[in-house]
Amino acid sequence: MRNLRLIARLDIKGPNLIKGIHLEGLRVIGSPAEHALRYYQQGVDELIYMDVVASLYGRNHLAEIVSLAAQDIFVPMTVGGGIRSVDDAMQILRAGADKVAVNTAAVADPELITRIAHRFGSQCMVLSVEAKQTGPGRWEAYTDNGRERTGLDVIDWVKRGVQLGAGEVLLTSVDREGTREGFDCALVRAVTNEVSVPVIASGGMGEPQDVLEVVREGHADAVAMADILHYRRATLGDVRTVARDAGFGVRA
Amino acid sequence: MSAPGPEVIVIDYGVGNLLSVRRGFEHVGATVTVTGDRERILSGPRVVLPGVGAFGNAMRMLHELQLEPVIRQLVARGTPLFGICLGMQLLLDESEEFGTTAGLGLIRGRVTPIPQRALDGAPLKIPHIGWNALQASGDASWDTTVLADTRPGAEMYFVHSYMATPEDSAHRLADCAYGGHRIPAVIGLENVSGCQFHPEKSGELGLQILRRFLLQ
Repeated sequence: MRNLRLIARLDIKGPNLIKGIHLEGLRVIGSPAEHALRYYQQGVDELIYMDVVASLYGRNHLAEIVSLAAQDIFVPMTVGGGIRSVDDAMQILRAGADKVAVNTAAVADPELITRIAHRFGSQCMVLSVEAKQTGPGRWEAYTDNGRERTGLDVIDWVKRGVQLGAGEVLLTSVDREGTREGFDCALVRAVTNEVSVPVIASGGMGEPQDVLEVVREGHADAVAMADILHYRRATLGDVRTVARDAGFGVRA
Repeated sequence: MSAPGPEVIVIDYGVGNLLSVRRGFEHVGATVTVTGDRERILSGPRVVLPGVGAFGNAMRMLHELQLEPVIRQLVARGTPLFGICLGMQLLLDESEEFGTTAGLGLIRGRVTPIPQRALDGAPLKIPHIGWNALQASGDASWDTTVLADTRPGAEMYFVHSYMATPEDSAHRLADCAYGGHRIPAVIGLENVSGCQFHPEKSGELGLQILRRFLLQ
């Protein structure tokens, strides 16, 4: 039986929960606290908070948002966006996060992955990868929410990141993100084939049934859901039912 | 004015994020003190040993802060002690993480890596991250333990690469299954208990375990 973790992803800009398409054209949805609490009450397995502009502007509101969430939300929280150092990671963990997700700073300084993993354990160090397809079976890693190319091949980069100490991979398809066209299952499979750490598929979930292919074909360990939940097109209960009917192990 | 809730001391020895443990206990009505002060810890009616990270580092910190004898002393005088995650592993005799390191030895047993392969030979993902169901380990009753309000099948959030196995199966209260292997999830011996998962990250069912510890 395949186990599947159901994760709500909250993209944050300033104090707001936002959502874009292809990680751009950001639209304000509302209060992150309200949405997060709703997902917790619906039985979400984890939350991911991503500050989508932090790597552009430096400072962010995440520590505040996370520390508020930690008051009444008792499931794991992964936080990313603008984490550039072990100290940044420490701050966000102290605010109540359980894991940090790092993209831009890891590309600039891959050893940061090792430093964070050594300090807090690899289970704390999530490598966040934004992937854009460049050809059949080929994807390039991007940073800054799909704006900046890195020249890195996604598969090579993920393998290297895991060797350096990443304990989990948050794999976002920039091509699918916000499109509701379903996950990029080929991308997910290409990555899960190569690494042994858990992979979270992100980007493109349009309906609850989309989890079926990304688990069966992509071998995803977890799915990150955003606008399907934010716009109430489905509840976590709906997704859980589809997953359970398909025989996947999901939390009761 | 409401009466202060049952008191719990969370040992702060510089390892990991204690905020969630504090908030979890506060949420179920406890008055929480997070401290590394030896006298304060000894004066507590019940004590939590949290922990995230590497076993050797955690033991070194306990040693440097001279908290090892404090923990032994409070256990000897019957104070309930609850280890969470790495805190549970520290209760045993020794760990194989980065060479052999001695633990607190409050429950006989060893900490070993989770097997790299499932029983069917398929590679297992390590660390074991995610929700997993508790099952009874043997004949040990859950009544009067931290699991008194918990039912088999309750799912908890695990994040770990090593497993803590008591030598005597009577000290093993609950397991979870991973890749066909049975991994100890809750252990207990008299006033000492521990859980491998994070009750403070396991939703309402996890909070139930924290609530139960307040009655110990």
